[in-house]
Amino acid sequence: MNCKKVILELSSYLDGALDSSIRLDLEQHLGRCEDCRLVVDTTRQTIQIFCNAEPVPLPEDVRTRLHQALLARFRQKTKTI
Amino acid sequence: MSATDPKPLVSTIVRDDEGLLVSAAKGGDATAFEELVNRYERKIFRLGMNITQNREDAEDVMQDAFLKAFRNLDNFQGDSRFYTWLVRIAVNEALMKLRKRRPNQVSLDEPVKEGEDPVFREIEDWGPSPEQRFAQTELNQILNQVIGELEPIFRVVFLLRDVEGLSTEESAQILGISVAAVKSRLLRARLRLRMKLNKYFRRSEPQ
Repeated sequence: MNCKKVILELSSYLDGALDSSIRLDLEQHLGRCEDCRLVVDTTRQTIQIFCNAEPVPLPEDVRTRLHQALLARFRQKTKTI
Repeated sequence: MSATDPKPLVSTIVRDDEGLLVSAAKGGDATAFEELVNRYERKIFRLGMNITQNREDAEDVMQDAFLKAFRNLDNFQGDSRFYTWLVRIAVNEALMKLRKRRPNQVSLDEPVKEGEDPVFREIEDWGPSPEQRFAQTELNQILNQVIGELEPIFRVVFLLRDVEGLSTEESAQILGISVAAVKSRLLRARLRLRMKLNKYFRRSEPQ
């Protein structure tokens, strides 16, 4: 496997979705290619950092307005039934 | 539900049975629909924020998505998860916001230009953990900055797959594109984000 093929398979590798024979080829390449190892490692970290990011809070005033809008819609629907 | 749960369910339907909640909501049970809203409002707001990068737009996206879902509940056939259906509505609303801002620059249907991403231009070690090197607020700012710089065509796929945790198939269904297109765009999104983060996280001379 060459560097270009490693990049093409990178997403599937990180998602654990590669067939075992291709995964083995890829890991053998990583064992001898530091550049690819760094790309794989920093791409993995990229995904993890976004996954672990602090959740965007839902402000209470925004939530209140949502539920008021829904309530108005519920009442409107009840009237029309 | 545990006795210590600070937010008791509005509906009497057990928490795990979303199908029952949807059926009850379809039958006119407003409390069942409200429970679905309680369950997903934070996720839909976050998705709206991440796609539009604007709080007012995110509020509109969330409100319009739930109101549309309520109005069109009869059209939900149950062949996908309710959440997937809701995300599809929210993504469309969010993309409409972006199109209003930049009418000619946001289309999910446009073919992605073939060509190699310059992957090997930025190869540097990030050290043990960027999350330990930056304060949470600073890290959030960096992540918002780089995700906002990513083209919408890649941003949305990355958010659905890697942040919202949807499957490739669900993402394809939501976006109305092929599974192969989701995979290709996800790879490019991940590589581009990696490159953008590199300037902040590289071990030598961080900016």
